[in-house]
Amino acid sequence: MAHARPKADVVVIGLGWSGSVIAEELARAGLKVVAIERGAWRDTASDFPPSVDTDELRWATRKEILQPPKLETYTFRNNASQQALPVREWSNLTLGYNVGGAGTHWAAASWRFNPFDFQPYSKTIERYGKGQLVPGLQVQDWGITYDELEPFYDRFERIAGTSGQAGVVNGDIIPGGNPFEGSRSRGYPTPPLVPSRWNDIFTEKTTEMGYHPFPVPAGTISRAYVNALGVHMGPCTYCGYCQLFGCGNWSKSSPNACVVPALMRQPTFEVMTETEVLHINKSADGKTATGVSFIGKDGVVGEQPADIVIVAAYQLDNVRLMLLSGIGQPYDPRTKQGVIGRNYSFQTLSYAYLWFENEYLNPFINTGCLAIQIDDFNADNFDHTGLGFIGGAGIQSLSNNGLPIGMAGVLPKQAPAWGKGWKKAFQHSYQNWAMIQGQGTSYAHEAMYFDLDPTYKDNYGRPLMRMTFDYNLNDKRSGEFIRKQCEAIAHAVGGTQVESYNFANDHYTPFRANDSSHTIGGVVMGTDPKTSALNRYQQSWDVHNVFVLGASSFPNNGGFNPTVTLGALALWTAKAIREQYLHNPGPLVQA
Amino acid sequence: MQRRDFLSSALALAAASTLPAARADVVSGGQPWEPGKASVPPLAAPRQGGLAFFTQAELDMAGALADRLIPADDLSIGGKEAGCAVFIDRQLAGDYGKGATLYRLGRFVKGTPEQGTQSPFTPAERWRKGLAAIDAYCGRAYSKPFVQLDASQQDDLLHAMENGTLDLGREVETKELFEQILANVREGFFADPLYGGNKNMASWKMIGFPGARYDFRDLIGKKGQKLQIIPTSLVDNTL
Repeated sequence: MAHARPKADVVVIGLGWSGSVIAEELARAGLKVVAIERGAWRDTASDFPPSVDTDELRWATRKEILQPPKLETYTFRNNASQQALPVREWSNLTLGYNVGGAGTHWAAASWRFNPFDFQPYSKTIERYGKGQLVPGLQVQDWGITYDELEPFYDRFERIAGTSGQAGVVNGDIIPGGNPFEGSRSRGYPTPPLVPSRWNDIFTEKTTEMGYHPFPVPAGTISRAYVNALGVHMGPCTYCGYCQLFGCGNWSKSSPNACVVPALMRQPTFEVMTETEVLHINKSADGKTATGVSFIGKDGVVGEQPADIVIVAAYQLDNVRLMLLSGIGQPYDPRTKQGVIGRNYSFQTLSYAYLWFENEYLNPFINTGCLAIQIDDFNADNFDHTGLGFIGGAGIQSLSNNGLPIGMAGVLPKQAPAWGKGWKKAFQHSYQNWAMIQGQGTSYAHEAMYFDLDPTYKDNYGRPLMRMTFDYNLNDKRSGEFIRKQCEAIAHAVGGTQVESYNFANDHYTPFRANDSSHTIGGVVMGTDPKTSALNRYQQSWDVHNVFVLGASSFPNNGGFNPTVTLGALALWTAKAIREQYLHNPGPLVQA
Repeated sequence: MQRRDFLSSALALAAASTLPAARADVVSGGQPWEPGKASVPPLAAPRQGGLAFFTQAELDMAGALADRLIPADDLSIGGKEAGCAVFIDRQLAGDYGKGATLYRLGRFVKGTPEQGTQSPFTPAERWRKGLAAIDAYCGRAYSKPFVQLDASQQDDLLHAMENGTLDLGREVETKELFEQILANVREGFFADPLYGGNKNMASWKMIGFPGARYDFRDLIGKKGQKLQIIPTSLVDNTL
C-alpha cells in the first residue's frame, strides 16, 4: 500500500481555470478539497511583476512557464498508416505547468460560444438535412444548450472581470455589440478596451461592407474591478506582454489573479504542488473511484483517497489520464466503438496577412486579445445551402503582437530572411503589418483520434498519448471559404500587399507559426454513452464519482477561444455536485 | 537504471511499510509569500568577459555569421558588435543549450516534415557540430576557414545552407542548422540586453520598439502617430 494521505471529500487533478473555480465552489460549500498540481506555485507578486515580466526571450521564446516536452509530450502522425513520432520541441500547443495552468499565460480572449455550437447536429438537420454533413464527420449535440449555460457564463465573467460590449441582452439587440451572439442576461462587468489603430481601420471598412464589427470580449480588463469572489483587479495597461506571459498588473483574468487568492483563504482547501497524478484508482468492482495515485518531485509515490475525483488537467492530459486509468472504453477507429479518444477536434485557421504602405500601427501597444471581430461568417449565422460544410469562423483584426523576436520573421514572402534587405524589410513591416484571423470551427472525424502510443514512453516508462490528426473535408471547405473573406477584407482596408492562407489546405503539423493551441475533445459530454464519455454534467457514464472538466468535454470547437466555455461548464458541474450529487451519489443521468 | 524500471521500483518502494511520506509541497491557509523573493531569470556565467561554452575560434565564427545575417549599415550596428555571439555563447551554456526542455528519449527515427525535428542532439551539440562542418566545408572548397572568406563568399555559403543545397555531412541537417543559427542570432539581436546582446538596445531603436515598458495608457489615444519612445531595458549586461 502506497503512502496514503488523509481522505478528502474531493481531489482535483490540476489547478488551472476549471480546477480552481470548482475547488473554490466546493470548498466554500464546506467540502474538504485537495488539489494536486504538477507545476509549481506561481503568483503575480513573486513570479511576474513588471520588472520580471517584460522579457520576450524568457517567456515567449524559451516559454518558461509552459509544460516542456521533456516532462510529457505526445506522438503525432497525420493518419493511421504512418508511424507516430514524438513532438520533441516546443510546438503550437501551449500547456500550462504551474498553479493557474494555461490560464496564467493565455491571451485572455473571453468568448461565449454561439448557441449553434452546442447543438450542431440537431440544428444542421433541422435547417439543411443530413446531406450537409460530409462523410465520416462525427457531429453530435452536447446535451446542454446555450440557454442552460447562460447563468454560468454570467458567473464566470463576474469572476474573470471580462471587458466587452454586449450585443444581445434579454433578446434585445444592442448597437455596437455582436448581433449574432446568444442572448445574455446582462452586459459585461467592465466596458470594452480602447481599440488599436488597426482595430479602427477594420471597424470602418467592415461596417462599409455591411458587416457587424464589435470588440472581442477581453480578459485583459479595461477598468479596476472587484470580482464576484471579492478579489481586486487592476486596469490593463496595454503593455503587450500577455500571451505566454503572466500579468504583473492583476489585470489579466487568470486563476492566479481572480480565483486562487480567494481559494487559498478557504480553510478546507489545500494544494499539493510539483506533484503529478499517475492514475485514478478504482474500487474492486470498478464502479467507483477511490482516489488517485501521485508521485512527488522526490520520486515517492503516494495515494490521495477521495469520494469524488475531478479530472481538470489540460485537454490532452485528461484524455491520457482516462486511458491510463482504464475509465471508459477507448475509441477504436476501425469499429467506431468506444469513447475515450473519440471526437478530437482542433481549430481551423485562415488568415490574411497584409502590409500597409506608410502606417504607424505601433504594434507594441496591445493586449493578447485586443481585437475587433465580425461574426457574420461564424457558426450558422449565414446560409450554408450548397456550400458543402457546416460552421465558419470569427474574423478579427487582432492587435496582439509587437515583440521583436517573434515578429522578425513576419515579412512578405518575397522579402529576404537576413542581410541588409531583411533589415530594411523588417523595419517597414514592423509598423505596417497587420493580420486578419479567421478562427474557425472544427468538427471531429471518425479517422482522427487519440490512443496510447505503442512505442514511446514518458519519464516513468508509461506510454505517451498518440494523436492521429489531419484536416477533414469540412475543415478544408470552411477554411477556404473563410480565407476568401479574410482576403477580401484585407484588400478593402487598403493592404498594398496581401497574402492569405487556409491552414487546412496543408497537412496538419504541430509546428506551424501562428497556429491555434486549442485542442478539443477526447472525453466528450453528450446524451448517448455510445458516443460520449460523459453525461451532460461532465460526469463519467461508467464511474459516477469521476467528473472530467475542460475542453476535453467539447464534442466540437466553436469559432472562438474555448476558455470561458470550459469555465462556465466547470461552474455548471460544481452546482450539479453541490445540489444533486452530494445528496444522492450516483449517476445524475440514467444511461 | 533504465527509465522504464524507475516507476516499477518506485511502486515497489511504495509497497514497503517503511516508506517515507511523499514530500509534496502542500500549500494551504493563504498565499505562500516570502519577503524579498522575486523570480529573476537564471543567467549563465560569466556575465562579463570570458567564454561560457564556445572556444575562441567558435565565438569568432559565430560573430562572423552574425555579421552576415545582420550586417552593419545605416540602420544599425552589425550582429557581432551587438553581442549576438556572446549572447549565443551564454545561451548554449545554459538550459537552452543543454536541451533541458526537449523530449530526448529514443528511438530517433526520421519522419515526415509535419512531424518536426527528430534530432538526438541538443542545441549546443548542433552548434558545435555545425560550426565544425561549415569550417570543414570551407577548408575543402576555399582552403580557408569561414572567418577568412570575404563577405560575398560567406553570403554564398549562407544562401546554399538556407536553400538546403549544401551537404554538411551525415550528422548535420543543413537547413535545420541554418534555421537554428538564424533564430539564435535574431534572439541575440532583439532580446533584452540582460542576456548579453542587443548592445545599447540598437535593434529596438532600429524598429521603434520601446522594450521593457509596461504602461501605454497615455499613448493608446495617439493612433497612427510616430511615437519616438526612448526604449527601456531590464538590465544592460552588454557593458
